[in-house]
Amino acid sequence: MSEDQNDIPIQLTDPAAWVDRHGDLLFRYAMTRLSDRHVAEDLVQETFMAALKSGQFSGQADERTWFVGILKHKIIDHYRRRDRERPMSTIQQEKKQEDLFDEKGWWCVQPAKWPIDASNTLETAEFWEAFRHCLDGLPQRMRMVFLLREMEEHSTEHLCETLKISAGNLGVLLYRARVGLRRCLEINWFCTETEEV
Amino acid sequence: MKMMSCKEVSRLVSESLDRKLSIWQRMQVMVHLMMCGMCARFRKQTLFLHAAAKRYFGIMDEGAGVLNDQLTTEAHERIKQSLKLNGQ
Repeated sequence: MSEDQNDIPIQLTDPAAWVDRHGDLLFRYAMTRLSDRHVAEDLVQETFMAALKSGQFSGQADERTWFVGILKHKIIDHYRRRDRERPMSTIQQEKKQEDLFDEKGWWCVQPAKWPIDASNTLETAEFWEAFRHCLDGLPQRMRMVFLLREMEEHSTEHLCETLKISAGNLGVLLYRARVGLRRCLEINWFCTETEEV
Repeated sequence: MKMMSCKEVSRLVSESLDRKLSIWQRMQVMVHLMMCGMCARFRKQTLFLHAAAKRYFGIMDEGAGVLNDQLTTEAHERIKQSLKLNGQ
């Protein structure tokens, strides 16, 4: 964008250049976790504003890490706010999900065999698109805990505290998210045919 | 010893990714897995996706050709504008 970068040494601390240099990266970061363009844009803006207001930008060794750190907090705040505004009971979600077990707890939709070379699949862009599609399809709350736990690797204790839910509740949400994601990828990516009993 | 149901085992497979199971639970799961091909398969696939999930963010954040989301030009300008206004 700015051609004068060639002549003038890049000033790490110039807020005017932040958007050009980090905007897209931060936006992608937010999109991956929120899947909502408007919210992602807003949070990127909020991140820059918070950085500006903090007035500490002269001493930041690594701008990018610093912005990502701020954005992370904004995302968690957003999750919490949304959670408070639109609380959903886990029971409601339970009904939406396909039941893979019969009343005795045995598989009624058996896990299908996946191709042996499943690990090669991680190298293909299409797989990650399918992954994202399945992730986006999870109920909101399930998706949120899964993202925070599996990808950001927040400890379960930290998550319970941040989201104000019990360990049992968190376990159920994570379980359902994992089961749902596995099943979705099975249908949309790995398979093919499922044997139903 | 009553054998655990597949549902219980699958739940514990998930829990084992978040905390260490008790010895008793681990034993029960192990015994079940030895006899139940479906749960063994479920476990293998769940662990696979657990590992995949860890890679997902890195790949997405780098925008490695998967979904190269970018801020729209309008958003760029809007954010710049607000930074300018507040920076004065």
